[in-house]
Amino acid sequence: MAVKKRRKGPVVENEIINLTNVSKAYSTGAPALKDVNLHISRGEFVFIVGDSGSGKSTLIKLLLRELTISSGYINVMGYDLSKIKHRKIPKFRRNLGIVFQDFRLLKDRNVYENVAFAQRIIQKSNKEIKKNVPSILAIVGLAGKYKAKPRQLSGGEQQRVALARALVNQPTILLADEPTGNLDPKNSWEIMKLLEQINENGTTVIVVTHNREIVNAMQKRVVTLRRGVIISDEEKGGYIDED
Amino acid sequence: MRISTFFYTLKQGLRNIFRNKLFSLASIATIAACLFLFGIFYAVLANFQHIVKNAEEGVSVWVFFEEGIEDIRIQQIGDMIAKRPEVAKMEFISAQEAWEGFRDEYLGEYGDGFTENPLENSANYQVYLNDVSMQSALVTYLESIDGVRMVNRSELVATTLTGINALIAYVSVGIIAILLAVSIFLISNTVAIGISVRKEEINIMKYIGATDFFVRSPFVVEGIMIGLIGAAMPLGFIYTIYNVVLAYVTDRFPQLSSLLSFVAVGEVFHVLVPISLGLGVGIGFLGSIVTVRRHLRV
Repeated sequence: MAVKKRRKGPVVENEIINLTNVSKAYSTGAPALKDVNLHISRGEFVFIVGDSGSGKSTLIKLLLRELTISSGYINVMGYDLSKIKHRKIPKFRRNLGIVFQDFRLLKDRNVYENVAFAQRIIQKSNKEIKKNVPSILAIVGLAGKYKAKPRQLSGGEQQRVALARALVNQPTILLADEPTGNLDPKNSWEIMKLLEQINENGTTVIVVTHNREIVNAMQKRVVTLRRGVIISDEEKGGYIDED
Repeated sequence: MRISTFFYTLKQGLRNIFRNKLFSLASIATIAACLFLFGIFYAVLANFQHIVKNAEEGVSVWVFFEEGIEDIRIQQIGDMIAKRPEVAKMEFISAQEAWEGFRDEYLGEYGDGFTENPLENSANYQVYLNDVSMQSALVTYLESIDGVRMVNRSELVATTLTGINALIAYVSVGIIAILLAVSIFLISNTVAIGISVRKEEINIMKYIGATDFFVRSPFVVEGIMIGLIGAAMPLGFIYTIYNVVLAYVTDRFPQLSSLLSFVAVGEVFHVLVPISLGLGVGIGFLGSIVTVRRHLRV
């Protein structure tokens, strides 16, 4: 007789991320996350905030399946990440877009090639690449700079290229790890506007940030981590200071 | 795999070689040096074996018959010997021919005084072998044949040639094994350096969802290319050197070349080219795949 698998955690409508009682301890024994419960629905915009050492980076790495949990249950887009087979990880990651604080662009390639790189990796044809890359560059406002090398661009422009690269494969979830960490306020706002626009088009956006001003101004869901524990999870929340 | 992915992988593999110029050059040079030595070694070995083979072909075993044996039995013995796999060729020397040969070689005009054939019982089969190391086995068989009185052989020549053959084989296997190990180690280092140089790019590829195959294959292509270039270069050198040396020896030492025969350059390269290129590809593949598997768990 077939046994029907039961989902873990509370029933959340249109759930795309489910972390139930997740803990993560490193080999040194220090716990990075303790008994975390986080449920995110498709199409949500969520800020993950917290100070250094609060467990934000660990959380992102767990969602990317760069790390595995020590205990609990983690499911992202229907993939049980504690049981996923190694060969299935690339397919899982193709549904995720990721943006980093330090952009991580390929310095020896121009804007077009940096974005096309993401399409080559998932083995899109040249024809598709020629169609998709210019249209995504137009969305992030860099259509005129497709030949420029990263060193010829400002920080804000480099982050837009990174965003274009993350979006070109049409991910279900966009993870942005401190996307405004290296940007001035004007560029930071422009990037956040773009992320909001991407979210409005249906992509689930998760932004890890330190930027109090942006978090308070945008009035989105805010999950606050402190020393590996979720201390607050509020719709239209604000930045909670350490003390 | 899409054709565009195939060409992309190929392009990235070539790009890796240029990105990492110094180490790629060092690897190519070492493989070229190794395969140059291998080629020279092979050319010398091929010629030596050719000369040894010629010498072997001159080594024969003489089979003498019982007194009063009938011609029909001699014929039967001949048929039995001819069926043996180790026999390359054989010829029958009658008592008359044996005497005439002996007389002409050693007695000259003094031999005219003999009215009867002093070597009346010397009719024999002169048997030439394919492989001189099989001589003992053949002699044992010949001595067991009814009607055979005596079997003469040259033990010293047979054991010396067999010994030289074995020595050449052992030395060549040893040297080639060492050279191959050095080459694989070098390619492995070059690819490892390439991986560390491209660590960031590889990380991005992992995050975007590249498969193990997609991440690893440019490095394997790089290894194979280095191996191929390293193998092709010395072939040209060896071709030139071989022709020059052969022309020099034939020209300067005509007496030597009348004694010894050398293998034609075409014959040497017929074997050397596929072996060298195969070794180059093999070294490149092995060196890179080992490193990629160790350093690139995607």
